[in-house]
Amino acid sequence: MPVTPVLTARWKVPGIWTLDTFERHGGYDSVRTAFAKGPDDIIKMVKDSGLRGRGGAGFPTGMKWSFIPQGDGKPHYLVINADEGEPGTCKDAPLMMIDPHSLIEGIIVASYAVRANRAFVYVRGELVHAARRLRNATAEAYRAGYLGKDILGSGFDLDLVIHSGAGAYICGEETALLDSLEGRRGQPRLRPPFPATHGLYNSPTVVNNVETIASVPFIVNNGVEWFRSMGTEKSPGPKIYSLSGHVTRPGQYEAPMGTTLRELLEMAGGVRGGRALKAWTPGGSSTPMLTAEHLDVPLDFDGVMAAGSLLGTAALMIMDDTVDMLKVVRRLTQFYAHESCGKCTPCREGTTWMVQILSRMERGQGDPSDINTLTDACDNIFGRAFCALADGAVSPIVSGIKHFPEEFAAAAQPRPADQAQGSSNGVATGPAALAGAH
Amino acid sequence: MPLTDETRAAAREIIARYPVGRERSALLPMLHLVQAAEGCVTAEGVDLCAREIGITAAEVSAVATFYTMYKRRPVGDWLVSVCTNLSCALMGGQEVYDRISKKLGVGHDQTTPDGSITLEHAECLAACDYAPVMTVNYEFYDGVDEGAAEGLVEALQRGERPLPTRGGPLCTFAEVSRQLAGFEDPRPEGIAGPGFLEPSVAGLTLAEQAGWRGEVAGSSAAGPAGAVPVEDVPVEDVPPDRVPADGARSGATPAAGAPTTTPAAPAATKSKGA
Repeated sequence: MPVTPVLTARWKVPGIWTLDTFERHGGYDSVRTAFAKGPDDIIKMVKDSGLRGRGGAGFPTGMKWSFIPQGDGKPHYLVINADEGEPGTCKDAPLMMIDPHSLIEGIIVASYAVRANRAFVYVRGELVHAARRLRNATAEAYRAGYLGKDILGSGFDLDLVIHSGAGAYICGEETALLDSLEGRRGQPRLRPPFPATHGLYNSPTVVNNVETIASVPFIVNNGVEWFRSMGTEKSPGPKIYSLSGHVTRPGQYEAPMGTTLRELLEMAGGVRGGRALKAWTPGGSSTPMLTAEHLDVPLDFDGVMAAGSLLGTAALMIMDDTVDMLKVVRRLTQFYAHESCGKCTPCREGTTWMVQILSRMERGQGDPSDINTLTDACDNIFGRAFCALADGAVSPIVSGIKHFPEEFAAAAQPRPADQAQGSSNGVATGPAALAGAH
Repeated sequence: MPLTDETRAAAREIIARYPVGRERSALLPMLHLVQAAEGCVTAEGVDLCAREIGITAAEVSAVATFYTMYKRRPVGDWLVSVCTNLSCALMGGQEVYDRISKKLGVGHDQTTPDGSITLEHAECLAACDYAPVMTVNYEFYDGVDEGAAEGLVEALQRGERPLPTRGGPLCTFAEVSRQLAGFEDPRPEGIAGPGFLEPSVAGLTLAEQAGWRGEVAGSSAAGPAGAVPVEDVPVEDVPPDRVPADGARSGATPAAGAPTTTPAAPAATKSKGA
């Protein structure tokens, strides 16, 4: 049951968010190392490390960086996706709030590697304290010469802006984020062309997640072999697993990629009250739910995919046997209906109608045809929109029906109002079950 | 508070952060700025943004209406947001919302008649490990239950400013909106406000208990250069004017998983045990 604090290692150090303390703990060392090595060596190092994007898609980071055309005479940009907001996902917010300089250190190294002289952190609007700490850290880094002109005498210039969003989950989608950063409605762009060639201001742009970029200094400092000593062959390194919901000690657990839920639950004290595990998401609300059958699935990108879901952001929402799956699915579908940007008809209309069907079923007015209607609607949404929000929106429904067919079949029968469970907007099966859980 | 020359000067300061010719990138922070000045995004605020950037008012309005944090009606002194999404819902977030809604007599996106509190149910607030969570002007009150939440809004109504569990001491909606526009929090105590309680460091605590000393547990590899034993860091090393509150409260936090860690509202009465 290994725990491997790397990104989280300094989180208990008092005042680690200040430059003095951060520097005393090895902070910004990797910037000097990177300048000594040169940008191409850094790209190669990140490529060799096997680091894959921690924002959900798992795309190889070094490869993404190498797609940036060099010597093209265009400005290059690094944009950090800090728009954390998917239900279950809560790893970047603490990183930015507690250890903001670690992100800035990674930004300097990454920008140097891809020859970007401007970087932006697009931080979710609601995360005021994270933005506050990041702005303070940015100002400190400027004063110390880690940002600005001719950083540490290297000849490399970098300007960094901390840009707060304004409340839209869709802006976590990288092209919607770029549109938002350009001062527009956050709606996704058609790809190709990809941001690597046509990103921010139509220029070559790397968009990376907070955790991904914060991993880079450790790779630069400790080397490829060290990084690969953790995790699995195809998903190396440590990963911050976020456990929430019905678990005894919810929180952030940094462990090697490929750790299983069984191991993580052991670390976190198990399901609350010793109850049975009913369902869980491996990577946030957009990843298909799994069940107790999947306790030993290695939680890395390929392992979870083989089990029929996605690692996503490794946000494990744990649900015990008191939950009503119909309510869970309805709640998550409401989220997607609210957050759909409205650009693509299947997503905009589909999510809205599916909420209505699920709510009607909850009120005891289900119809046996509802399951087919829902499945059919999901078929017509998945893969039929500009971005992955639509694909994520169908995950709770499809996986809910797949793993809990009896519950959905029962809910698809008309029931007398007093037997319907739509009285509460919560997600528990009923007052009796909930009381028993406390 | 009307828009002034000072607002326009601040708007130009925002524009200057972005590359020349890319003024429109300043729009989101500028909308936060005009909201800071007027309590919501007004027609005048839209107009100011449009003029300073050089786009049409319609283009600005299209953006302002897309994002949930831009309000079209004046927000109360305190924007109270309760997360009712899945992790919070599993832990009673909906019940927390229902209790406060009943107590205040207002629903989602509505303001109390005295103009003190605007209530909203929020989509996920990226604090799932602290569920159920709520925020007041975007500062975190973690692990609340119905009683604690009710106590918190009662305290706000009495004019008190209970400390958040994570974040800076409460400031006004105007002040926080100005920070959203990209201006630094002028209060040292704002920046120093606590950044974590036990859930954020649950894995780290486990590693420490297992004898981890800045090395990668379960692996023979050397630990990251930046990691040193936490015990070796004397708190006194931190400049006194910047003593962070981080960690100061973690000892007072009940075992993580008990959804009642709310030192925020002294007057709170717990409605149920954990």
